[in-house]
Amino acid sequence: MSDVNTPTYTKKDFESDQAVRWCPGCGDYGILAQTQKTMPTFGRKKEDFVFVSGIGCSSRFPYYMNAYGFHTIHGRAPAVASGVKIANPDLSVWVITGDGDGLSIGGNHFMHALRRNMDLNILLFNNRIYGLTKGQYSPTSKVGHVTKASPFGSLDIPLNPPSLALGAQATFVARTIDRWQAHLAQMLERSYHHDGGSLIEIYQNCNIFNDGAFEEYTSADKFENVIEVKHGEPMVFAKGTKGIKLDGFKAVVVDMEKHSLDDLLVHDETNLDLAHIIANWTTHPVLPEPIGVLYSVDKPTYNSEMVAQVDSAVKAKGAGKVQDLLNAGDTWTVK
Amino acid sequence: MGKTFKTIDDAVIRFAGDSGDGMQLTGGRFTETTATLGNDLSTLPDFPAEIRAPAGSLAGVSAFQIHFSSKDIHTPGDQPDVLVAMNPAALKAHQKELIPGGTIIINTDSFTKKNLKFADYDTSPVEDGTLDDYFAVIPIEMNKLVTAACEGLDMSPKFVARTKNFFALGVLYYMYDRPLEATEKWLEKKFAGKDVIIDANKRAMHAGYNYADTTELFTTRFKVEKAVLPSGKYRNINGNHATSLGLLAASEKSGLNLFFGGYPITPASDILHTLAAWKHFGVQTFQAEDEIAGIASVLGASFTGNLAVTATSGPGIALKGEAMGLAVMTELPMVIINVQRGGPSTGLPTKTEQSDLVQALYGRNGEAPIPLIAAATPGDCFYAAYEASRIALKYMTPVVLLTDGYLANGSEPWKIPDVDSMESIDVQFVDGLKEGEEFMPYKRDEDTLSRPWAIPGVPGLEHRVGGLEKAENTGHVSYDPDNHQRMVELRQEKVDRIQNDIAKTEVFGEENGDVLILSWGGTYGSCRSAVETLHDQEKSVSHVHVRWISPLPKDLGEIIIKFKNVLIPEINMGQLIKIIRSEYLVDAKGLNQVNGKPISASRIVEKVNEMVG
Repeated sequence: MSDVNTPTYTKKDFESDQAVRWCPGCGDYGILAQTQKTMPTFGRKKEDFVFVSGIGCSSRFPYYMNAYGFHTIHGRAPAVASGVKIANPDLSVWVITGDGDGLSIGGNHFMHALRRNMDLNILLFNNRIYGLTKGQYSPTSKVGHVTKASPFGSLDIPLNPPSLALGAQATFVARTIDRWQAHLAQMLERSYHHDGGSLIEIYQNCNIFNDGAFEEYTSADKFENVIEVKHGEPMVFAKGTKGIKLDGFKAVVVDMEKHSLDDLLVHDETNLDLAHIIANWTTHPVLPEPIGVLYSVDKPTYNSEMVAQVDSAVKAKGAGKVQDLLNAGDTWTVK
Repeated sequence: MGKTFKTIDDAVIRFAGDSGDGMQLTGGRFTETTATLGNDLSTLPDFPAEIRAPAGSLAGVSAFQIHFSSKDIHTPGDQPDVLVAMNPAALKAHQKELIPGGTIIINTDSFTKKNLKFADYDTSPVEDGTLDDYFAVIPIEMNKLVTAACEGLDMSPKFVARTKNFFALGVLYYMYDRPLEATEKWLEKKFAGKDVIIDANKRAMHAGYNYADTTELFTTRFKVEKAVLPSGKYRNINGNHATSLGLLAASEKSGLNLFFGGYPITPASDILHTLAAWKHFGVQTFQAEDEIAGIASVLGASFTGNLAVTATSGPGIALKGEAMGLAVMTELPMVIINVQRGGPSTGLPTKTEQSDLVQALYGRNGEAPIPLIAAATPGDCFYAAYEASRIALKYMTPVVLLTDGYLANGSEPWKIPDVDSMESIDVQFVDGLKEGEEFMPYKRDEDTLSRPWAIPGVPGLEHRVGGLEKAENTGHVSYDPDNHQRMVELRQEKVDRIQNDIAKTEVFGEENGDVLILSWGGTYGSCRSAVETLHDQEKSVSHVHVRWISPLPKDLGEIIIKFKNVLIPEINMGQLIKIIRSEYLVDAKGLNQVNGKPISASRIVEKVNEMVG
């Protein structure tokens, strides 16, 4: 018999009545569908979910979720979501953002929400391009990327979201890929259960303005180019034919025909130094692209500490009455 | 002792010294003592933006002015009767504003060659006789005297010298016949556990008092009797504190948690500081990473059902503009406070100005009307903050509250309000739906045009809000041309309907006449003072002060047309005047001053006399 308090939902319950208006073939569809599919598995009441987004293609996401939603202004979603979470810490708050929204105009809020360990689930849809403004280079575009705004190639050096998040003291950093649906579901679940600020970077294909940006991670030979890091497990990829071991701080790819699992680096998601090393494999010419939970530790959250401060103040001073406060201090009476 | 007491109606004292001389603290103590004696009073702190400009420099001069009276007064006074100058720079900066024949009390120990040079004096004005023709100069060797007073204390000469402000305070307490006890008690509390500091300051203060008593320099002492104020319990209050209390009262009366999201900025930061200390009231303060995040968090907290507030100054409002537009579009209640300061850009952070009115009204993209209320006096900040909250919650709208640096830091005696008898604030969240009913987040109340407030956590009301245009009733994204036209009109109409909720305009003076002085915000006091003076001169002048500027009161137009002239004094180049002229098609005249200081009542009197002879 199921627990009467645990709601039983299906994917449909999380679908809003609004027509989805992304370009046909957009990677966002897969992320939306998987989110709608995964949410019912959390056993959480639907009305407790809030989706907050900024501006951009991905930020239309809340309109399509049958949950509380707030489509805000460019880059500011983490700050709006922080207000939601502080005002009601019992809510499950999700931030939907993109590489332009979250890392360029909203870089400041992204960084500060993570460093405060505000219990937000940040889904960063990274397509390495500005989609809604029709194809300018973004802060994650590669050097030399030719767009309408960079006809001679982009001069900007891209940033790596997991490295940025780790530098900002994030307590949960993960990466996944739109086409890796089962993996995406796992990451959503891990993020949901993490009490604290979490970042999931989702590589997402923009088939209009940056098609194939992640093809090496989604095509037939993807296993050669991607490593799924798992806590406590040795670093193997390419269907078990290759592994990674550490040579000092330097990761090197080894052939498993010549090495045993014992030679390999074992992932420890609580190890910050290791997380920094793994995060740096991104865009490395030889090393595979790491996906999975790169880092996860428990630390007190801003929202729970805020509740604790209020509670202890009430305990110490008693619940305040405004009239008492008005009457406090030096007063005198005029007859 | 041969000293005579003279009873006077009022006095204006200005303490001026180096930033490190403790002038704000000295003024604050004199104010508290004077308040508890029952005088009416008004203060004007005036300090530099730099925390510590080079010692002795003109840039580093910090001053505090207090006007106290046995009558009902409205301003910190135009010209001081007494100037306390703790160093040459303070004398240089403030002497020109002293009333002719006024008294200057000088700490001659600081009139060293170096300090004189800093203040651009070739010769010491104390010795060269340049002041003597115009003022009564009282030179006192304060450093020497406090050193003698603190003899035997375990304290370095540097720390002993720091007590000289309390010496000056003692002198003024003697001159104006004020008791020392309240200040002694304050010292004991403030420096609890640091007995030597308490002792040294007490000794310095007594030394000042006794010095004034025994020397022949002070021939006359002054008595300022209690003011006749409405009966009740009083306290002294400054604007930022009153604003914070007003918000807290609105939180209690509405039953909503108070959320404050903001970023430190002069002169608004004290609101953040004050609220941060009130955790036992359930107040949650979020010091955000920037101004934008401050208001963004407020949007989130409002969406989630809090009384949500942000406070900043002009440059911060410039940054918050886009989020204010989102608040208009999502029709979420919040209070956005601008403690105005000198602009543009960084401008004069610690000086007052009224130059953000037009910014507050129109400084957003699109048609984005936001109700606007401005506080009139330091104490009125309480009521204005309460009123802003009440209207925001009733009409589901952001409300801008304008105060300014002068109101924020200035103080006055304030009759403590009775919270129970204040107008109630009833908030109704949507708590559910009837069988088969569909939730309409943009269906409006017939009277107020407010939309329902449904907060996350309530089943069945899941809905989305955002910055894209909303379809009427359903709140779905809509690009329909007719719908946009309708929604733009509805948002304006909602603001206009607040007219039904604001008090009838009061006319001070006759209902018609030669001149109507129309004021808003912190110029209230100067205008009221000026009109009182003009009434004494039997001039046909009346005063109207507007608190709500968006919407303007319904009855304002019919009042204005009954006067031959309309004069609008403002600390800007003429902002309200533009609105009044365009709204009522009257040839209003401005009196504009933008020098970082309140407009003096005498300037207004002069202007009126120019206008009507």
